[in-house]
Amino acid sequence: MRKSIKLGMGAVLALTVSSAAVMADNIKIAFIDPLSGPFASTGTNGLHQFEFAADYMINANGGVLGGDKFEVIGFDNKISPKESLIQLQVAIDQGVRFIVQGNSSGVANALTEAVEKHNKRNPESRVLFLNYAAVDPALTNDKCNFWHFRFDANADIKMDALTDVIAQDDAIKKVYIIGQDYSFGKAVAAAAVANLTSKRPDIEIVGNELHPIGKVKDFTPYSRKIVSSGADAVITGNWGSDMVGLGKSVIENGYTGPIFTYYAAGSGITGAFGAAGKGVIRLVGEGQINPPASPEASAYYNAFLAKYPEGNVDQPRISNTIGMLAQAIEAAGTADDVVAVANALEGMEFDSIWGSKIFMRANDHQAIQNMHISAHTNEGVTFAYDGSEYGVVVESTIEMAAMDSPSTCEMKRP
Amino acid sequence: MELVLVNLIDGLVTGLLLFMLSAGLTLIFSMMGVLNFAHASFYMLGAYFAYQISIALGFWMGLLIAPIIVGVLGAGVERYGLRRVHQYGHVPELIFTFGLALLIEELVQFLWGKNQMAYNIPEVLHFTAFSIAGNSIPAYKIFMIFISIGIFMGLLYVLTKTRVGMIIQAALSYPKTVEALGHNVPLVFMGVFGVGTALAGVAGVIAGPVLGTFPGMAFVLGSIVFVTIVIGGLGSLWGALVASLLIGWITTFAKSYNIAMSDILNSVGIATPENLDDNIFRDLWTITSPQVADILPYILMVLILIFRPYGLLGNRDA
Repeated sequence: MRKSIKLGMGAVLALTVSSAAVMADNIKIAFIDPLSGPFASTGTNGLHQFEFAADYMINANGGVLGGDKFEVIGFDNKISPKESLIQLQVAIDQGVRFIVQGNSSGVANALTEAVEKHNKRNPESRVLFLNYAAVDPALTNDKCNFWHFRFDANADIKMDALTDVIAQDDAIKKVYIIGQDYSFGKAVAAAAVANLTSKRPDIEIVGNELHPIGKVKDFTPYSRKIVSSGADAVITGNWGSDMVGLGKSVIENGYTGPIFTYYAAGSGITGAFGAAGKGVIRLVGEGQINPPASPEASAYYNAFLAKYPEGNVDQPRISNTIGMLAQAIEAAGTADDVVAVANALEGMEFDSIWGSKIFMRANDHQAIQNMHISAHTNEGVTFAYDGSEYGVVVESTIEMAAMDSPSTCEMKRP
Repeated sequence: MELVLVNLIDGLVTGLLLFMLSAGLTLIFSMMGVLNFAHASFYMLGAYFAYQISIALGFWMGLLIAPIIVGVLGAGVERYGLRRVHQYGHVPELIFTFGLALLIEELVQFLWGKNQMAYNIPEVLHFTAFSIAGNSIPAYKIFMIFISIGIFMGLLYVLTKTRVGMIIQAALSYPKTVEALGHNVPLVFMGVFGVGTALAGVAGVIAGPVLGTFPGMAFVLGSIVFVTIVIGGLGSLWGALVASLLIGWITTFAKSYNIAMSDILNSVGIATPENLDDNIFRDLWTITSPQVADILPYILMVLILIFRPYGLLGNRDA
């Protein structure tokens, strides 16, 4: 009996060793984002979407470079820049060449600096930083570098699209801006003020404030100020539990106008808003979920639901990131020489299944794509979020938003 | 002026909610001399259980059943966990409750996932009770106030007017004597621990729909509860009430009014420097009260510890 167990163990060990040998050709992608703590849900859902995109788009179709598979590995950074740098080092030591991160521009700022330093000192193990959601404009302006690519529209581009919609609505006379107290929240506020004053000088900004990120228990005092300011519209860049907390509190305390947001969908947020958010919550973002942009998008979404019945595809840019990376690796003919991959990414045009062409600008590594303003509703929803009957439906679209927007980036190429 | 009244009500709600958490914690401390780090985790469990029950049986059954389950769990933790660790002293007890808090958070994530739950206010209470100058006060807030006050009254009555309360109070101060008189002191301890955690459970049930039911909810509230009982005085029920209300009002008012540091400094006669960008005190000059609202309770705690180490209403000997 004992012997057979030992034999079995040996066989299992041998199997794992041999399968590890087969896996050696995998192209590793490190996902560095919060997988625990207050923003765990946002991070975990992002990881699921990356794993699914890699399996569905690449691995199931034979991989890249004639058989190399994508492998997404999750690293928990607890949303701390310090922890992220440690995880970055761990990932590099494991032979990872591609880093994806998105939650918090504070983390992205730390990572892009660390990646630049690492690549300068260690030319033999250079890495690329594929940023799928950190939208602080500085990352593709003053702080840009050759190793960083952004697949989401930055805060300025999104605000430009959002204020286009606000500018058309004559009923909006007073706007309240509120956000999380860090680089992204400040960027949103600055962009909102700049855009509103140039597009609709008659609009009065009745409030502009920041609150601590992830630490506010009760948003009631903030909502009181918003209501008593008489605002016709609220603009916020909040995400995660800060978005739900603020939104629910504002609605409960008697506000009925629109709340223009960046991230008020998916990760439980749509489900938590439910009926209360209908007619109130508006989102700006890339990728059209409802109505489905293409048959491929529907097939992709259904396959995702088959794997994660409770999950959402709330970050379509994740599949764009994986698709563009694969296309770049094919074009470069290598996954080891990240300079060649980066050169292939520069100026790339990619047809997204979510109904947009995506153009990666070479001068600042900012992706240019269609921007949509969507509404939180239960009408005309093909793919609802969070297992609820609510989802986001596109109301208006800005084609290739901010294609010619200026950038202060002075790219240094290796 | 109307806004002051609205803020008073909002602060009262926050304060009373905090009180329900700190009341249990302070009772447990005065009894066992141990800080229960897992206290806020029981609050979270209350919210999740109530959410699960509310899907099947509705909100009201959740309000009734969830705290009982949490209380029984708490009593079990005392009976089979803390009591065994107790003989090794306070440090193992602290570590035990700390580990328990981490365990409960992981367990909740394992069972319910990391997303925010769609735990909502019951339809019956989904209306505006009244409004003051355009600021609506939701009926649910009024409901929260009544539940909390009711619990405080009940607790006070049991502790001061009934025989059970007398035995508990006696067991707190002279456990050996009470035991010699034939009372089962360990049972009293277990009961108090159970009731304390059940109170945290009630807080979770009624706060879950407004503050959000997600795995981080215990973490967000955890530290402020300790601050409350330190300010109020460890082991004092009245102290916990006063400190909770104080913290509720301080944070609410600080967030509601944009008092800038530059205004305060100007009013005491210090002029704003001409060029703020080069000034080393730039951060100090640009602070506004909403930004620092959440650290005000901690500043208050430090002041209390300096000038009145036993807390506002605490016992000097404790």
